[in-house]
Amino acid sequence: MAYSDKVLDHYTNPRNVGTMDKNAGEVGTGLVGAPECGDVMKLQIRVNPETKIIEDAKFKTFGCGSAIASSSLATEWVKGKTVEEALAIKNTDIVKELSLPPVKIHCSVLAEDAIRAAISDWKKKQA
Amino acid sequence: MASEAAVKLPIYMDNHATTRVDPRVLEAMLPYFSEIYGNAASRNHEFGWVAEQAVDKAREQVAKLIGATAKEIVLTSGATESNNLAIKGVAEMYREKGNHIITEVTEHKCVLDTCKRLEKHGYRITYLPVRTDGLIDLDQLKDAMTDETILVSIMAANNEIGILQPIREIGKLCHEKGVLFHTDAVQAAGKVPFNVIEDNVDLASVSAHKIYGPKGVGALYVRRRNPRVQLVAQMDGGGHERGMRSGTLNVPGIVGLGAACEVAQLDMGEESKRLFALRESLREQITSQLDEVYINGSMEHRLPGSINISFAYVEGESLLMGINDIAVSSGSACTSATLEPSYVLKALGAGDELAHSSIRFGLGRFNTQAEVDYVATKIVEVVRRLRELSPLYEMHKEGIDLSKVKWAAEPVNH
Repeated sequence: MAYSDKVLDHYTNPRNVGTMDKNAGEVGTGLVGAPECGDVMKLQIRVNPETKIIEDAKFKTFGCGSAIASSSLATEWVKGKTVEEALAIKNTDIVKELSLPPVKIHCSVLAEDAIRAAISDWKKKQA
Repeated sequence: MASEAAVKLPIYMDNHATTRVDPRVLEAMLPYFSEIYGNAASRNHEFGWVAEQAVDKAREQVAKLIGATAKEIVLTSGATESNNLAIKGVAEMYREKGNHIITEVTEHKCVLDTCKRLEKHGYRITYLPVRTDGLIDLDQLKDAMTDETILVSIMAANNEIGILQPIREIGKLCHEKGVLFHTDAVQAAGKVPFNVIEDNVDLASVSAHKIYGPKGVGALYVRRRNPRVQLVAQMDGGGHERGMRSGTLNVPGIVGLGAACEVAQLDMGEESKRLFALRESLREQITSQLDEVYINGSMEHRLPGSINISFAYVEGESLLMGINDIAVSSGSACTSATLEPSYVLKALGAGDELAHSSIRFGLGRFNTQAEVDYVATKIVEVVRRLRELSPLYEMHKEGIDLSKVKWAAEPVNH
């Protein structure tokens, strides 16, 4: 399979790899996918309690190159956005940016799910 | 970083998929593309006679490799056709005797899909499971046989995991029960000793391109004595191959098949020792440097040049991406046409996640120790890098039992 240059770039130099303390109040964690499906993404955000801006994001992904690229891109995109702005990121935006072929669209769906799951986890902590 | 000085990239280590034509085979074939171009079925002139002589010689070479006689060799377009002809041909010929066929779940698709088609035509098929080591259970085979059973089709060596089935015992059991035994010997013939008499085989499929011959040519061994096996032809036409397979013979290809068989027989002793040493070196280098790696299938009953390894917590396609100067295969869903993880690995019961994480290494005649060293170094490097990226490896290191985690997502169709 031929990968787009952007997928290859994210695969070779993944952005924001790492782990934050999932118990910290300002951190939201999303863990989506399942090992038997061949894709698991963990995406974490650190949100400024005053401004509601996502100041940092980290990810780790088990999955194909497109899954790694989709989650790497997702961390880049959420950083600097408010929580509400980040919720507006659509999987189709990721598909477009990375030129994902139809068989890899589920990777972008999973990345969108990961963003939403992380935000939802953060919101629960604020309640 | 792996040293690139000693090896020429990319490295081909996918010799279960296909092999490079051996120079000795190519040399034997070349005249048959140009000066010697007759139709082997032309009985009334020199051009035809010369072509027929070449075909006869090749038939002898194939027969000799597997312990058969030349008259028992039906030349085909390859193993897919041989398997189709064997199973459909027997099913149709022996329909009066019974309608039951036994095979196993880890067969190649050309056997499984042939059986599925026969099911639509009223045949009953038993798909035997395999044990965790990939071998079938002989007692289960025995229990599956009924008075209606006409054929057992079990492969000699598996193309994905490289394990060797106990075909001699399977054949013995079949002969005791008066059931015909077909084996897809594509990965075994020419690589390990295979003899249709000693192994109690009635029909055997072989292919040239798996043993350093050309693509598009193969053979089906059809036993002529004790018992005499009969087939209904699946290709109608000029009645070539004693009526079992019509179609003008692919003379250059057949010459290549014959030469490949002869070379394989000549070199097998030395070559299997060399490939075994290379494979063990690869295995040793990988398993001594990485934790959580699993060999798929029996280590004891295995082709010398073959090994299939699951690298837990790393997805196969992402691993292939990281070793893009090395040609190997993965059982990951992402690399398959059907987007399903390997059904062979799933059949071993190791779980889908290990199928997603599997790599098949197929060492062959032209691989070197320097290539093995390069591949091992590169694999270790990339697996380590991807594990740094893997949330599963992190969870495993934290002592979390992944099988007990309630995963958020519904399994998507992937």
